[in-house]
Amino acid sequence: MATDNLADKIPDFNSATVNQGGNGPVDVSAIAGIRRAKGLKEIASVIALAIVVVTLLEFILIWTHTEAYVFPKPTAIIRSLFTDFPTLYWKPLTQTVQTFFLGLIIGSTIGLSLAVLVTLKPGLDIFISPYIIILVTTPMVALIPFLMLKFGFGMTPRVIAISLATGPMVMINSATGFRRTNAELIALGKSYGATEFQLFRKIRFPFALPMIIVGFMVGSIFGLLTAVGAEMVGGGMGLGNRLIYFSSLVQMSQFGAVLVIVATFGVGIYSFFTFINRKWASWDA
Amino acid sequence: MAQATRIQITDVSKIYQTETKTVEAVKNFTESVKDGEFVCVVGASGCGKTTLLWCLSGLHPATSGTVHIDGELLTKPLPDRIGMVFQDSNLLPWRTLIENIELPFQIKKKAVNRKLVDELLDVAGLKGFENSYPGELSGGMKQRGSIVRALAQDPEVLLMDEPFGALDAFTREEMNLFLLKVWERTRKTIVFVTHSISEAIFLADRVWVMSPRPGRLSRIVDVDFPRPRDIDLQFEPKFIEILKSIREDVEGSKSGKGQ
Ligand SMILES: Nc1ncnc2c1ncn2[C@@H]1O[C@H](COP(=O)(O)OP(=O)(O)OP(=O)(O)O)[C@@H](O)[C@H]1O
Ligand SMILES: [Mg+2]
Repeated sequence: MATDNLADKIPDFNSATVNQGGNGPVDVSAIAGIRRAKGLKEIASVIALAIVVVTLLEFILIWTHTEAYVFPKPTAIIRSLFTDFPTLYWKPLTQTVQTFFLGLIIGSTIGLSLAVLVTLKPGLDIFISPYIIILVTTPMVALIPFLMLKFGFGMTPRVIAISLATGPMVMINSATGFRRTNAELIALGKSYGATEFQLFRKIRFPFALPMIIVGFMVGSIFGLLTAVGAEMVGGGMGLGNRLIYFSSLVQMSQFGAVLVIVATFGVGIYSFFTFINRKWASWDA
Repeated sequence: MAQATRIQITDVSKIYQTETKTVEAVKNFTESVKDGEFVCVVGASGCGKTTLLWCLSGLHPATSGTVHIDGELLTKPLPDRIGMVFQDSNLLPWRTLIENIELPFQIKKKAVNRKLVDELLDVAGLKGFENSYPGELSGGMKQRGSIVRALAQDPEVLLMDEPFGALDAFTREEMNLFLLKVWERTRKTIVFVTHSISEAIFLADRVWVMSPRPGRLSRIVDVDFPRPRDIDLQFEPKFIEILKSIREDVEGSKSGKGQ
Protein backbone atom coordinates (compact mmCIF):
# COMPACT_ATOMS: atom_id res chain seq x y z
CA MET A 1 0.00 0.00 0.00
CA ALA A 2 1.20 3.45 -0.85
CA THR A 3 0.91 4.97 2.57
CA ASP A 4 4.27 6.64 2.18
CA ASN A 5 3.46 9.02 -0.58
CA LEU A 6 0.84 10.60 1.66
CA ALA A 7 3.25 11.05 4.48
CA ASP A 8 4.82 14.15 3.17
CA LYS A 9 1.68 15.92 2.27
CA ILE A 10 -0.34 15.51 5.35
CA PRO A 11 -0.44 18.06 8.03
CA ASP A 12 -0.58 21.29 6.14
CA PHE A 13 -4.36 21.09 5.90
CA ASN A 14 -4.63 23.77 8.49
CA SER A 15 -3.10 26.22 6.10
CA ALA A 16 -6.39 25.98 4.20
CA THR A 17 -4.69 26.14 0.85
CA VAL A 18 -6.44 23.07 -0.41
CA ASN A 19 -8.44 24.18 -3.35
CA GLN A 20 -11.88 22.63 -3.41
CA GLY A 21 -11.88 22.13 -7.14
CA GLY A 22 -12.72 24.87 -9.55
CA ASN A 23 -10.21 27.05 -11.25
CA GLY A 24 -7.44 25.12 -12.88
CA PRO A 25 -5.04 26.29 -15.53
CA VAL A 26 -8.11 27.21 -17.46
CA ASP A 27 -10.51 29.24 -15.45
CA VAL A 28 -13.96 27.69 -15.52
CA SER A 29 -15.77 30.69 -14.25
CA ALA A 30 -14.97 32.66 -17.36
CA ILE A 31 -16.47 30.11 -19.72
CA ALA A 32 -19.00 28.22 -17.69
CA GLY A 33 -20.06 31.01 -15.42
CA ILE A 34 -22.42 32.92 -17.63
CA ARG A 35 -25.72 33.06 -15.87
CA ARG A 36 -28.46 31.18 -17.60
CA ALA A 37 -31.59 33.05 -18.54
CA LYS A 38 -34.37 32.05 -16.20
CA GLY A 39 -38.05 31.97 -16.90
CA LEU A 40 -40.00 32.56 -20.09
CA LYS A 41 -39.87 36.31 -19.80
CA GLU A 42 -36.09 36.49 -19.70
CA ILE A 43 -35.66 33.98 -22.50
CA ALA A 44 -38.20 35.88 -24.58
CA SER A 45 -36.36 39.16 -24.07
CA VAL A 46 -33.03 37.60 -25.04
CA ILE A 47 -34.59 36.28 -28.26
CA ALA A 48 -36.32 39.58 -28.93
CA LEU A 49 -33.01 41.44 -28.63
CA ALA A 50 -31.37 39.01 -31.08
CA ILE A 51 -34.17 39.61 -33.58
CA VAL A 52 -33.79 43.37 -33.19
CA VAL A 53 -30.02 43.16 -33.76
CA VAL A 54 -30.36 41.02 -36.87
CA THR A 55 -33.16 43.19 -38.25
CA LEU A 56 -31.13 46.31 -37.61
CA LEU A 57 -28.18 44.77 -39.43
CA GLU A 58 -30.44 43.94 -42.36
CA PHE A 59 -31.71 47.52 -42.61
CA ILE A 60 -28.28 49.07 -42.26
CA LEU A 61 -27.07 46.90 -45.11
CA ILE A 62 -30.05 47.99 -47.21
CA TRP A 63 -29.66 51.69 -46.40
CA THR A 64 -25.97 51.74 -47.09
CA HIS A 65 -26.44 49.80 -50.33
CA THR A 66 -23.80 47.30 -49.24
CA GLU A 67 -23.21 44.74 -51.92
CA ALA A 68 -23.68 41.08 -51.08
CA TYR A 69 -20.03 40.29 -51.80
CA VAL A 70 -18.97 42.83 -49.17
CA PHE A 71 -21.40 41.73 -46.50
CA PRO A 72 -24.32 39.32 -47.10
CA LYS A 73 -27.72 40.26 -45.72
CA PRO A 74 -29.02 38.16 -42.81
CA THR A 75 -32.16 37.33 -44.81
CA ALA A 76 -30.05 36.02 -47.67
CA ILE A 77 -28.08 33.83 -45.30
CA ILE A 78 -31.21 32.52 -43.64
CA ARG A 79 -32.85 31.83 -47.00
CA SER A 80 -29.76 29.96 -48.16
CA LEU A 81 -29.67 27.99 -44.91
CA PHE A 82 -33.20 26.77 -45.44
CA THR A 83 -33.21 26.19 -49.18
CA ASP A 84 -29.66 24.93 -49.74
CA PHE A 85 -29.18 22.94 -46.57
CA PRO A 86 -29.74 19.44 -48.00
CA THR A 87 -27.79 20.11 -51.18
CA LEU A 88 -24.92 22.36 -50.12
CA TYR A 89 -24.36 22.02 -46.39
CA TRP A 90 -25.49 18.65 -45.12
CA LYS A 91 -22.65 16.58 -46.52
CA PRO A 92 -19.77 18.86 -45.46
CA LEU A 93 -21.40 19.14 -42.04
CA THR A 94 -21.43 15.38 -41.60
CA GLN A 95 -17.80 15.22 -42.73
CA THR A 96 -16.73 17.80 -40.18
CA VAL A 97 -18.81 16.23 -37.43
CA GLN A 98 -17.35 12.83 -38.17
CA THR A 99 -13.69 13.89 -38.08
CA PHE A 100 -14.33 16.09 -35.08
CA PHE A 101 -15.88 13.32 -33.00
CA LEU A 102 -13.34 10.73 -34.04
CA GLY A 103 -10.53 13.08 -33.10
CA LEU A 104 -12.21 14.06 -29.86
CA ILE A 105 -12.80 10.47 -28.80
CA ILE A 106 -9.26 9.33 -29.63
CA GLY A 107 -7.63 12.44 -28.18
CA SER A 108 -9.62 12.55 -24.97
CA THR A 109 -9.22 8.83 -24.33
CA ILE A 110 -5.46 9.13 -24.60
CA GLY A 111 -5.47 12.40 -22.63
CA LEU A 112 -7.54 11.00 -19.80
CA SER A 113 -5.43 7.83 -19.63
CA LEU A 114 -2.24 9.87 -19.47
CA ALA A 115 -3.75 11.98 -16.70
CA VAL A 116 -4.51 8.84 -14.70
CA LEU A 117 -1.01 7.56 -15.36
CA VAL A 118 0.79 10.69 -14.14
CA THR A 119 -1.44 10.76 -11.08
CA LEU A 120 -0.59 7.19 -10.15
CA LYS A 121 3.07 7.59 -11.04
CA PRO A 122 3.89 11.21 -10.21
CA GLY A 123 7.51 10.68 -11.27
CA LEU A 124 6.44 10.41 -14.91
CA ASP A 125 5.00 13.88 -14.86
CA ILE A 126 8.25 15.70 -15.53
CA PHE A 127 8.87 13.58 -18.61
CA ILE A 128 5.42 13.93 -20.10
CA SER A 129 4.58 17.54 -19.21
CA PRO A 130 6.98 19.30 -21.61
CA TYR A 131 5.41 17.57 -24.59
CA ILE A 132 1.94 18.30 -23.36
CA ILE A 133 2.80 21.98 -22.97
CA ILE A 134 4.23 22.06 -26.49
CA LEU A 135 1.12 20.38 -27.85
CA VAL A 136 -1.22 22.71 -25.99
CA THR A 137 0.56 25.84 -27.13
CA THR A 138 1.24 24.91 -30.77
CA PRO A 139 -1.68 25.40 -33.17
CA MET A 140 -2.22 21.92 -34.53
CA VAL A 141 -3.45 23.25 -37.87
CA ALA A 142 0.22 23.94 -38.54
CA LEU A 143 0.84 20.22 -38.70
CA ILE A 144 -1.74 19.60 -41.40
CA PRO A 145 0.47 20.07 -44.47
CA PHE A 146 3.02 17.69 -43.01
CA LEU A 147 0.39 15.14 -41.95
CA MET A 148 -1.14 15.28 -45.42
CA LEU A 149 2.18 14.39 -46.98
CA LYS A 150 2.35 11.38 -44.73
CA PHE A 151 -1.27 10.23 -44.63
CA GLY A 152 -2.82 11.60 -47.78
CA PHE A 153 -5.87 13.78 -48.16
CA GLY A 154 -8.40 11.57 -46.39
CA MET A 155 -9.74 11.88 -42.88
CA THR A 156 -6.61 10.53 -41.16
CA PRO A 157 -4.45 13.67 -41.02
CA ARG A 158 -7.34 15.75 -39.73
CA VAL A 159 -8.34 13.20 -37.11
CA ILE A 160 -4.75 13.12 -35.89
CA ALA A 161 -4.56 16.90 -35.70
CA ILE A 162 -7.85 17.10 -33.82
CA SER A 163 -6.71 14.41 -31.37
CA LEU A 164 -3.52 16.33 -30.80
CA ALA A 165 -5.53 19.48 -30.17
CA THR A 166 -8.07 17.96 -27.78
CA GLY A 167 -6.03 15.31 -25.95
CA PRO A 168 -3.50 17.56 -24.20
CA MET A 169 -6.23 19.94 -23.06
CA VAL A 170 -8.19 17.07 -21.53
CA MET A 171 -5.01 15.65 -20.04
CA ILE A 172 -3.78 18.87 -18.45
CA ASN A 173 -7.10 19.71 -16.86
CA SER A 174 -7.84 16.19 -15.67
CA ALA A 175 -4.37 15.73 -14.21
CA THR A 176 -4.69 18.99 -12.35
CA GLY A 177 -8.07 17.91 -11.05
CA PHE A 178 -6.76 14.53 -9.90
CA ARG A 179 -3.73 16.07 -8.28
CA ARG A 180 -5.67 18.74 -6.47
CA THR A 181 -7.89 16.22 -4.79
CA ASN A 182 -8.00 17.27 -1.20
CA ALA A 183 -5.37 15.23 0.67
CA GLU A 184 -7.72 14.80 3.61
CA LEU A 185 -10.29 13.15 1.35
CA ILE A 186 -7.65 10.73 0.10
CA ALA A 187 -6.61 10.06 3.69
CA LEU A 188 -10.24 9.43 4.55
CA GLY A 189 -10.44 6.78 1.85
CA LYS A 190 -7.21 5.20 2.98
CA SER A 191 -8.33 5.12 6.58
CA TYR A 192 -11.21 2.95 5.41
CA GLY A 193 -8.80 0.70 3.56
CA ALA A 194 -9.59 1.88 0.04
CA THR A 195 -7.43 0.48 -2.74
CA GLU A 196 -5.78 2.79 -5.25
CA PHE A 197 -8.54 1.92 -7.73
CA GLN A 198 -11.29 2.65 -5.20
CA LEU A 199 -9.65 5.95 -4.33
CA PHE A 200 -9.77 6.84 -8.00
CA ARG A 201 -13.31 5.77 -8.57
CA LYS A 202 -14.89 7.09 -5.41
CA ILE A 203 -12.80 10.13 -4.58
CA ARG A 204 -10.31 11.35 -7.17
CA PHE A 205 -12.49 11.04 -10.23
CA PRO A 206 -15.63 12.68 -8.83
CA PHE A 207 -13.50 15.37 -7.25
CA ALA A 208 -11.80 16.10 -10.56
CA LEU A 209 -14.96 15.83 -12.63
CA PRO A 210 -15.68 19.57 -12.87
CA MET A 211 -12.16 20.14 -14.16
CA ILE A 212 -12.34 17.17 -16.50
CA ILE A 213 -15.51 18.62 -17.98
CA VAL A 214 -13.78 21.96 -18.50
CA GLY A 215 -10.90 20.10 -20.15
CA PHE A 216 -13.37 18.47 -22.51
CA MET A 217 -15.10 21.75 -23.22
CA VAL A 218 -11.95 23.68 -24.02
CA GLY A 219 -10.44 20.69 -25.80
CA SER A 220 -13.54 20.37 -27.99
CA ILE A 221 -13.45 24.03 -28.89
CA PHE A 222 -9.76 23.66 -29.80
CA GLY A 223 -10.74 20.55 -31.73
CA LEU A 224 -13.41 22.33 -33.75
CA LEU A 225 -10.95 25.10 -34.50
CA THR A 226 -8.46 22.54 -35.73
CA ALA A 227 -11.10 20.62 -37.70
CA VAL A 228 -12.32 23.65 -39.63
CA GLY A 229 -8.82 25.07 -40.00
CA ALA A 230 -7.50 21.78 -41.34
CA GLU A 231 -10.32 21.56 -43.87
CA MET A 232 -9.42 25.02 -45.07
CA VAL A 233 -5.86 23.91 -45.68
CA GLY A 234 -6.76 21.07 -47.99
CA GLY A 235 -8.43 17.73 -48.50
CA GLY A 236 -11.59 18.95 -50.23
CA MET A 237 -13.97 18.02 -47.42
CA GLY A 238 -15.98 19.56 -44.65
CA LEU A 239 -17.27 22.97 -43.66
CA GLY A 240 -13.82 24.57 -43.72
CA ASN A 241 -13.40 23.60 -47.31
CA ARG A 242 -16.80 25.11 -48.11
CA LEU A 243 -15.73 28.40 -46.54
CA ILE A 244 -12.78 28.59 -48.91
CA TYR A 245 -14.88 27.43 -51.85
CA PHE A 246 -17.75 29.90 -51.42
CA SER A 247 -15.51 32.83 -50.69
CA SER A 248 -13.42 32.13 -53.76
CA LEU A 249 -16.63 32.23 -55.82
CA VAL A 250 -17.72 35.31 -53.87
CA GLN A 251 -20.96 33.54 -52.91
CA MET A 252 -21.14 35.41 -49.68
CA SER A 253 -24.61 34.37 -48.53
CA GLN A 254 -23.56 30.72 -48.78
CA PHE A 255 -20.32 31.62 -47.07
CA GLY A 256 -22.35 33.29 -44.30
CA ALA A 257 -24.57 30.24 -44.02
CA VAL A 258 -21.57 27.95 -43.49
CA LEU A 259 -20.22 30.37 -40.92
CA VAL A 260 -23.53 30.26 -39.07
CA ILE A 261 -23.40 26.45 -39.09
CA VAL A 262 -19.85 26.43 -37.72
CA ALA A 263 -20.80 28.95 -35.03
CA THR A 264 -23.86 26.89 -34.09
CA PHE A 265 -21.64 23.86 -33.78
CA GLY A 266 -19.33 25.76 -31.42
CA VAL A 267 -22.17 27.08 -29.32
CA GLY A 268 -23.61 23.56 -29.28
CA ILE A 269 -20.37 22.22 -27.80
CA TYR A 270 -20.35 24.95 -25.20
CA SER A 271 -24.00 24.37 -24.26
CA PHE A 272 -23.56 20.63 -24.09
CA PHE A 273 -20.69 20.79 -21.63
CA THR A 274 -22.34 23.51 -19.61
CA PHE A 275 -25.34 21.23 -19.33
CA ILE A 276 -23.15 18.27 -18.33
CA ASN A 277 -21.39 20.42 -15.80
CA ARG A 278 -24.66 21.50 -14.27
CA LYS A 279 -25.92 17.95 -14.18
CA TRP A 280 -22.89 16.10 -12.83
CA ALA A 281 -20.80 18.67 -11.09
CA SER A 282 -23.28 21.08 -9.60
CA TRP A 283 -21.76 20.55 -6.14
CA ASP A 284 -18.75 22.53 -7.27
CA ALA A 285 -20.70 25.73 -7.90
CA MET B 1 -11.24 0.98 36.52
CA ALA B 2 -8.48 -1.32 35.48
CA GLN B 3 -8.86 -1.82 31.77
CA ALA B 4 -6.62 -3.32 29.17
CA THR B 5 -4.22 -1.17 27.20
CA ARG B 6 -5.75 -0.32 23.85
CA ILE B 7 -3.06 1.85 22.28
CA GLN B 8 0.58 1.57 23.23
CA ILE B 9 2.86 4.30 21.89
CA THR B 10 6.52 3.48 22.38
CA ASP B 11 9.24 6.03 21.75
CA VAL B 12 7.58 7.39 18.64
CA SER B 13 9.45 10.05 16.72
CA LYS B 14 8.47 11.59 13.42
CA ILE B 15 10.89 13.63 11.39
CA TYR B 16 9.80 15.47 8.28
CA GLN B 17 12.50 15.81 5.73
CA THR B 18 11.96 18.50 3.14
CA GLU B 19 14.37 19.86 0.61
CA THR B 20 15.30 22.82 2.74
CA LYS B 21 14.97 21.61 6.28
CA THR B 22 14.37 18.83 8.74
CA VAL B 23 11.54 19.15 11.22
CA GLU B 24 11.29 16.96 14.28
CA ALA B 25 7.52 17.04 14.58
CA VAL B 26 7.20 14.41 17.33
CA LYS B 27 10.00 13.24 19.55
CA ASN B 28 10.31 10.23 21.85
CA PHE B 29 6.63 10.00 22.57
CA THR B 30 5.77 7.18 24.93
CA GLU B 31 2.32 6.74 26.46
CA SER B 32 -0.63 4.43 26.41
CA VAL B 33 -4.37 4.71 26.15
CA LYS B 34 -6.61 2.32 28.03
CA ASP B 35 -9.67 0.67 26.65
CA GLY B 36 -12.63 3.02 26.80
CA GLU B 37 -10.53 5.98 27.78
CA PHE B 38 -11.09 9.51 26.49
CA VAL B 39 -7.76 11.25 25.96
CA CYS B 40 -7.42 14.80 24.72
CA VAL B 41 -4.21 16.15 23.21
CA VAL B 42 -3.53 19.88 23.52
CA GLY B 43 -0.58 22.01 22.59
CA ALA B 44 0.42 25.10 20.68
CA SER B 45 -0.15 25.22 16.95
CA GLY B 46 2.48 23.26 15.07
CA CYS B 47 3.59 21.22 18.05
CA GLY B 48 2.91 17.93 16.32
CA LYS B 49 -0.60 16.93 17.40
CA THR B 50 -1.82 16.06 13.93
CA THR B 51 1.41 14.24 13.21
CA LEU B 52 0.97 12.14 16.34
CA LEU B 53 -2.61 11.28 15.38
CA TRP B 54 -1.59 10.25 11.88
CA CYS B 55 1.03 7.96 13.36
CA LEU B 56 -1.67 6.40 15.54
CA SER B 57 -3.98 5.93 12.56
CA GLY B 58 -1.44 4.00 10.52
CA LEU B 59 -1.84 6.54 7.73
CA HIS B 60 1.81 7.41 7.85
CA PRO B 61 4.68 5.61 9.47
CA ALA B 62 6.64 6.94 12.40
CA THR B 63 10.29 7.62 11.67
CA SER B 64 11.18 5.52 14.68
CA GLY B 65 9.31 3.87 17.52
CA THR B 66 6.22 1.73 17.43
CA VAL B 67 2.48 1.90 17.90
CA HIS B 68 0.61 -1.18 19.06
CA ILE B 69 -3.15 -1.53 18.89
CA ASP B 70 -4.39 -4.28 21.21
CA GLY B 71 -0.85 -5.57 21.35
CA GLU B 72 -0.54 -5.74 17.58
CA LEU B 73 2.08 -3.70 15.75
CA LEU B 74 0.47 -1.01 13.59
CA THR B 75 1.81 -0.86 10.05
CA LYS B 76 -1.15 0.29 8.00
CA PRO B 77 -4.67 1.69 8.55
CA LEU B 78 -7.01 -0.70 10.35
CA PRO B 79 -10.36 0.19 8.82
CA ASP B 80 -12.33 -2.13 11.06
CA ARG B 81 -10.78 -1.04 14.31
CA ILE B 82 -9.74 2.57 13.96
CA GLY B 83 -12.03 5.39 12.86
CA MET B 84 -10.71 8.80 11.91
CA VAL B 85 -12.67 12.02 12.22
CA PHE B 86 -10.97 14.83 10.36
CA GLN B 87 -10.99 18.54 10.68
CA ASP B 88 -13.52 20.24 8.36
CA SER B 89 -15.90 17.24 8.41
CA ASN B 90 -14.44 15.90 5.18
CA LEU B 91 -17.77 14.88 3.70
CA LEU B 92 -17.69 14.30 -0.05
CA PRO B 93 -19.63 17.24 -1.47
CA TRP B 94 -21.04 15.24 -4.38
CA ARG B 95 -22.66 12.68 -2.11
CA THR B 96 -25.68 13.14 0.08
CA LEU B 97 -25.28 12.70 3.81
CA ILE B 98 -26.49 9.12 3.75
CA GLU B 99 -24.29 8.31 0.75
CA ASN B 100 -21.35 9.71 2.68
CA ILE B 101 -22.16 7.48 5.61
CA GLU B 102 -22.42 4.54 3.25
CA LEU B 103 -19.06 5.22 1.61
CA PRO B 104 -16.93 3.21 4.08
CA PHE B 105 -19.32 0.27 3.73
CA GLN B 106 -18.93 0.44 -0.05
CA ILE B 107 -15.16 0.62 0.21
CA LYS B 108 -15.17 -2.41 2.48
CA LYS B 109 -17.77 -4.12 0.28
CA LYS B 110 -19.98 -4.72 3.29
CA ALA B 111 -23.73 -4.40 3.67
CA VAL B 112 -24.76 -1.16 5.35
CA ASN B 113 -25.64 -1.64 8.98
CA ARG B 114 -29.02 0.10 8.70
CA LYS B 115 -29.97 -0.34 12.31
CA LEU B 116 -26.81 1.25 13.65
CA VAL B 117 -26.84 4.04 11.07
CA ASP B 118 -30.45 4.85 11.89
CA GLU B 119 -29.75 4.90 15.57
CA LEU B 120 -26.72 7.13 15.15
CA LEU B 121 -28.56 9.53 12.85
CA ASP B 122 -31.21 9.76 15.51
CA VAL B 123 -28.77 10.53 18.31
CA ALA B 124 -27.01 13.04 16.08
CA GLY B 125 -30.29 14.79 15.31
CA LEU B 126 -29.79 14.23 11.61
CA LYS B 127 -32.99 12.33 10.89
CA GLY B 128 -34.67 13.87 7.90
CA PHE B 129 -31.42 15.19 6.44
CA GLU B 130 -30.22 11.91 4.96
CA ASN B 131 -30.72 13.12 1.43
CA SER B 132 -29.24 16.55 1.87
CA TYR B 133 -25.90 17.40 0.31
CA PRO B 134 -23.15 18.65 2.63
CA GLY B 135 -23.48 22.08 1.02
CA GLU B 136 -27.00 22.24 2.39
CA LEU B 137 -26.04 21.39 5.98
CA SER B 138 -24.74 23.64 8.73
CA GLY B 139 -21.18 23.31 9.99
CA GLY B 140 -22.31 21.50 13.12
CA MET B 141 -24.50 19.11 11.16
CA LYS B 142 -21.61 18.28 8.86
CA GLN B 143 -19.39 17.50 11.83
CA ARG B 144 -22.05 15.31 13.39
CA GLY B 145 -22.42 13.62 10.01
CA SER B 146 -18.72 12.84 9.84
CA ILE B 147 -18.81 11.46 13.38
CA VAL B 148 -21.77 9.29 12.44
CA ARG B 149 -19.83 8.08 9.41
CA ALA B 150 -16.93 7.01 11.61
CA LEU B 151 -19.11 5.48 14.33
CA ALA B 152 -21.20 3.53 11.84
CA GLN B 153 -18.14 1.36 11.27
CA ASP B 154 -18.26 0.56 14.96
CA PRO B 155 -14.50 1.00 15.43
CA GLU B 156 -12.91 0.32 18.79
CA VAL B 157 -10.76 3.41 18.56
CA LEU B 158 -11.79 6.86 17.41
CA LEU B 159 -9.10 9.36 16.45
CA MET B 160 -10.37 12.91 16.14
CA ASP B 161 -8.33 15.83 14.83
CA GLU B 162 -9.81 19.12 15.95
CA PRO B 163 -13.21 18.09 14.71
CA PHE B 164 -14.92 21.14 16.16
CA GLY B 165 -12.16 23.63 15.45
CA ALA B 166 -14.10 25.50 12.83
CA LEU B 167 -17.29 25.88 14.83
CA ASP B 168 -18.52 28.80 16.90
CA ALA B 169 -18.52 28.53 20.69
CA PHE B 170 -22.20 27.60 21.08
CA THR B 171 -22.20 24.94 18.40
CA ARG B 172 -19.00 23.64 19.87
CA GLU B 173 -20.55 23.18 23.31
CA GLU B 174 -23.46 21.42 21.70
CA MET B 175 -21.07 19.15 19.81
CA ASN B 176 -19.16 18.38 22.99
CA LEU B 177 -22.35 17.31 24.73
CA PHE B 178 -23.31 15.22 21.74
CA LEU B 179 -19.93 13.53 21.67
CA LEU B 180 -20.05 12.77 25.39
CA LYS B 181 -23.54 11.36 25.02
CA VAL B 182 -22.36 9.05 22.28
CA TRP B 183 -19.21 8.14 24.12
CA GLU B 184 -21.01 7.34 27.35
CA ARG B 185 -23.18 4.95 25.40
CA THR B 186 -20.51 3.25 23.36
CA ARG B 187 -17.37 3.67 25.49
CA LYS B 188 -15.08 3.81 22.52
CA THR B 189 -11.45 4.59 23.09
CA ILE B 190 -11.01 8.18 21.92
CA VAL B 191 -7.93 10.27 21.19
CA PHE B 192 -9.11 13.80 20.56
CA VAL B 193 -6.85 16.61 19.36
CA THR B 194 -7.93 20.15 20.11
CA HIS B 195 -6.69 23.71 20.34
CA SER B 196 -9.13 24.48 23.10
CA ILE B 197 -7.91 23.65 26.58
CA SER B 198 -11.36 23.97 28.12
CA GLU B 199 -12.78 21.62 25.54
CA ALA B 200 -10.08 19.12 26.43
CA ILE B 201 -10.77 19.32 30.16
CA PHE B 202 -14.49 19.11 29.62
CA LEU B 203 -14.26 15.96 27.54
CA ALA B 204 -11.27 14.01 28.74
CA ASP B 205 -10.32 11.47 31.34
CA ARG B 206 -6.76 12.54 30.75
CA VAL B 207 -5.21 15.48 28.93
CA TRP B 208 -1.86 15.15 27.22
CA VAL B 209 -0.04 18.44 26.98
CA MET B 210 2.52 18.66 24.21
CA SER B 211 5.44 21.02 23.96
CA PRO B 212 6.52 22.23 20.55
CA ARG B 213 9.64 21.69 18.46
CA PRO B 214 10.34 18.94 18.95
CA GLY B 215 6.84 17.77 19.88
CA ARG B 216 7.13 15.98 23.18
CA LEU B 217 4.63 14.90 25.76
CA SER B 218 5.35 17.47 28.45
CA ARG B 219 2.63 16.72 30.96
CA ILE B 220 -0.33 14.47 31.65
CA VAL B 221 -3.28 15.87 33.55
CA ASP B 222 -5.86 13.55 35.08
CA VAL B 223 -9.35 14.98 34.92
CA ASP B 224 -11.62 13.13 37.29
CA PHE B 225 -14.80 15.13 37.23
CA PRO B 226 -17.74 12.75 37.56
CA ARG B 227 -19.76 11.81 34.52
CA PRO B 228 -22.15 12.59 33.00
CA ARG B 229 -20.76 16.11 32.90
CA ASP B 230 -22.77 19.16 32.07
CA ILE B 231 -21.80 22.41 30.52
CA ASP B 232 -21.71 24.37 33.78
CA LEU B 233 -18.70 22.33 34.80
CA GLN B 234 -16.52 24.89 33.10
CA PHE B 235 -17.40 27.48 35.74
CA GLU B 236 -16.30 25.41 38.69
CA PRO B 237 -13.18 26.60 40.51
CA LYS B 238 -11.41 23.29 40.09
CA PHE B 239 -12.02 23.33 36.35
CA ILE B 240 -10.65 26.84 36.09
CA GLU B 241 -7.66 25.90 38.17
CA ILE B 242 -6.76 23.03 35.82
CA LEU B 243 -7.39 25.29 32.86
CA LYS B 244 -4.99 27.91 34.18
CA SER B 245 -2.24 25.47 34.89
CA ILE B 246 -2.44 23.85 31.46
CA ARG B 247 -2.58 27.23 29.81
CA GLU B 248 0.58 28.30 31.60
CA ASP B 249 2.24 25.14 30.36
CA VAL B 250 1.24 25.69 26.76
CA GLU B 251 2.00 29.41 26.82
CA GLY B 252 5.25 28.85 28.64
CA SER B 253 6.46 26.25 26.22
CA LYS B 254 5.60 28.59 23.38
CA SER B 255 7.45 31.67 24.60
CA GLY B 256 10.16 29.95 26.58
CA LYS B 257 11.50 27.79 23.81
CA GLY B 258 15.15 27.76 23.04
CA GLN B 259 16.01 25.99 26.24
N1 LIG C 1 4.73 17.47 5.40
C1 LIG C 1 5.51 18.17 6.23
N2 LIG C 1 6.74 18.51 5.86
C2 LIG C 1 7.55 19.20 6.69
N3 LIG C 1 7.18 19.63 7.90
C3 LIG C 1 5.96 19.32 8.32
C4 LIG C 1 5.05 18.58 7.51
N4 LIG C 1 3.90 18.44 8.19
C5 LIG C 1 4.07 19.06 9.36
N5 LIG C 1 5.30 19.58 9.46
C6 LIG C 1 5.85 20.29 10.60
O1 LIG C 1 5.72 19.48 11.72
C7 LIG C 1 5.32 20.24 12.84
C8 LIG C 1 4.08 19.63 13.46
O2 LIG C 1 2.99 19.76 12.56
P1 LIG C 1 1.53 19.28 12.95
O3 LIG C 1 0.64 19.55 11.81
O4 LIG C 1 1.57 17.90 13.47
O5 LIG C 1 1.19 20.27 14.15
P2 LIG C 1 -0.18 20.46 14.93
O6 LIG C 1 0.13 20.36 16.37
O7 LIG C 1 -1.22 19.55 14.43
O8 LIG C 1 -0.54 21.95 14.59
P3 LIG C 1 -1.99 22.64 14.55
O9 LIG C 1 -2.45 22.75 15.95
O10 LIG C 1 -1.72 23.97 13.95
O11 LIG C 1 -2.86 21.77 13.71
C9 LIG C 1 5.15 21.66 12.36
O12 LIG C 1 6.29 22.39 12.73
C10 LIG C 1 5.08 21.55 10.88
O13 LIG C 1 5.68 22.66 10.27
MG1 LIG D 1 -3.09 19.82 13.41
